[in-house]
Amino acid sequence: MKTYENQGNKDTRSGFGAGLTELGQTNENVVALCADLIGSLKMDDFKKNHPERFYQVGIAEANMIGLAAGLTIGGKIPFTGTFANFSTGRVYDQIRQSVAYSDKNVKICASHAGLTLGEDGATHQILEDIGLMKMLPGMTVINPCDYNQTKAATIAIAEHHGPVYLRFGRPKVANFTPFDQKFEIGKALHLVDGTDVTIVATGHLVWEALEAVKTLNEKGISAEVINIHTIKPLDAKAIIDSVSKTKCIVTAEEHNHLGGLGESVARVLSQHKPTPQEFIATNDTFGESGTPAQLMEKYGLNANAIVKACEKVIKRK
Amino acid sequence: MATTQQLEDITTQVRRDILRMVHKVNSGHPGGSLGCAEFFVTLYNEIMDRKDGFDMDGIGEDLFFLSNGHISPVYYSVLARTGYFPVNELNTFRLINSRLQGHPTTHEDLPGVRIASGSLGQGMSVALGAAQAKKLNGDNHLVYSLHGDGELQEGQNWEAIMYAAGNKVDNIISTIDLNGQQIDGSTDTVLPLGSLRDKFEAFGWTVVDIEEGNNVDAILKGMAEAKSLTGKGKPVCVLLKTVMGNGVDFMMHTHAWHGKAPNDEQLAEGLSQNPETLGDY
Repeated sequence: MKTYENQGNKDTRSGFGAGLTELGQTNENVVALCADLIGSLKMDDFKKNHPERFYQVGIAEANMIGLAAGLTIGGKIPFTGTFANFSTGRVYDQIRQSVAYSDKNVKICASHAGLTLGEDGATHQILEDIGLMKMLPGMTVINPCDYNQTKAATIAIAEHHGPVYLRFGRPKVANFTPFDQKFEIGKALHLVDGTDVTIVATGHLVWEALEAVKTLNEKGISAEVINIHTIKPLDAKAIIDSVSKTKCIVTAEEHNHLGGLGESVARVLSQHKPTPQEFIATNDTFGESGTPAQLMEKYGLNANAIVKACEKVIKRK
Repeated sequence: MATTQQLEDITTQVRRDILRMVHKVNSGHPGGSLGCAEFFVTLYNEIMDRKDGFDMDGIGEDLFFLSNGHISPVYYSVLARTGYFPVNELNTFRLINSRLQGHPTTHEDLPGVRIASGSLGQGMSVALGAAQAKKLNGDNHLVYSLHGDGELQEGQNWEAIMYAAGNKVDNIISTIDLNGQQIDGSTDTVLPLGSLRDKFEAFGWTVVDIEEGNNVDAILKGMAEAKSLTGKGKPVCVLLKTVMGNGVDFMMHTHAWHGKAPNDEQLAEGLSQNPETLGDY
């Protein structure tokens, strides 16, 4: 079985910052906007290196989305940066009309997504953003799993014409994907081969899935792990091919079970290959204050929960 | 340069287009469209420096953004009559499979339109972004935008207004259609706007008044003044005082025709007040 080594904990938002820094050097059309969260989004380097291409918009996210849409008219590739909650729910209609419906080449980059934002609590912990964004026609939705993948995704979306929602997080988590792995939008990554159950995970839950595999192996269960970094468009073939072998599936995400990755997978499978599925996701609830680890434990979003879900779904075959 | 008479003749034809478009589908927004007919005709024929043809980036030409997208009839009529698409296509307004959607969109690739609008309050932010792109591109052309007065009740405008002054976006001329009306009644009864001059000036804009917003000469003079005030470190706002429903006597000075189409008799009456000049589509 293939194993993955943690190269050292790093936050995915720093991967975004590093990707943006590189884009600043390689693509002169890339511009960046931030709504008073430069440090949190790790946009300091881009601002320092390219002040003429950086727009501090203040605490005014609706205006930021409109400005970004306008900047595309003239050939710029705007990257907006704020927390996931303020990147989506707060500005849904601005994104819907001025970006998605208008087919503008805006990259909406959202940090502090999900419960792992931690102590700030539910006002800032959006668990509905994937659903909001994937429902918009033409919107690409990406949730990378670690620092390296977030950096690669940031660079890749500049080459993709069209609106993109790029979701990442606050805490330092395992960095385990190869630093030079090319990021292909919409192409799932096969991490571990297995025969008894498929685990399809996105974002912070991918490392948890890999940890779960170790426990499952000790229990004699062979789990296959797929990293779905692109939730829309979804790599349906990778999922169908895997469950054709394993006959059951667990989806894992740091998001509400309504509207998230799990529902997208269920839609594909119900149409093409009905398969027993368990959902690792929050259960139609808001979050609360706590440390990231406490929250992921309380809301059932960690390796232990994945192990239990795998054992349960295997019995349903 | 067109004469006053020529611009008025075009405006008369545009009024006919507006009435016929909304009458045919029994829907659309004639009141605000008629109120802004002189402004659109003057803007597109005399004020803006436009290239032939249409490309989305619009580098090397002035750009226009319509924020209050519901006045699409006047926008479409003027775009068609300045050569962006065939005049006959006005016949498809609001019909299924048309490029002339109820509210303007880029989704159907209609030449002349660079952003979708309809959900109010978003156009100034977009226009400011396009103005910033012009600065990055070293393009000295201007960005124009139009907004309803009632539309300024949307908070996003004030984010944009604050941003524009704070960042010295001085290559934009945002015009407010000051007709004093909105769907539920006068702006004073729905949610009073107070002094827009005071508000814009307090936010750091330069303000130009056009008291006779349905007079092409007054518009030419006011917009020339506005243009002369660009490039001086401050965004420019034009307060354009118009009469809703202008040019069709029974539609004037009321919000009743904000979103209502004339019936057959009313259409005939409206058209008789605006005789054909350039030829109907």
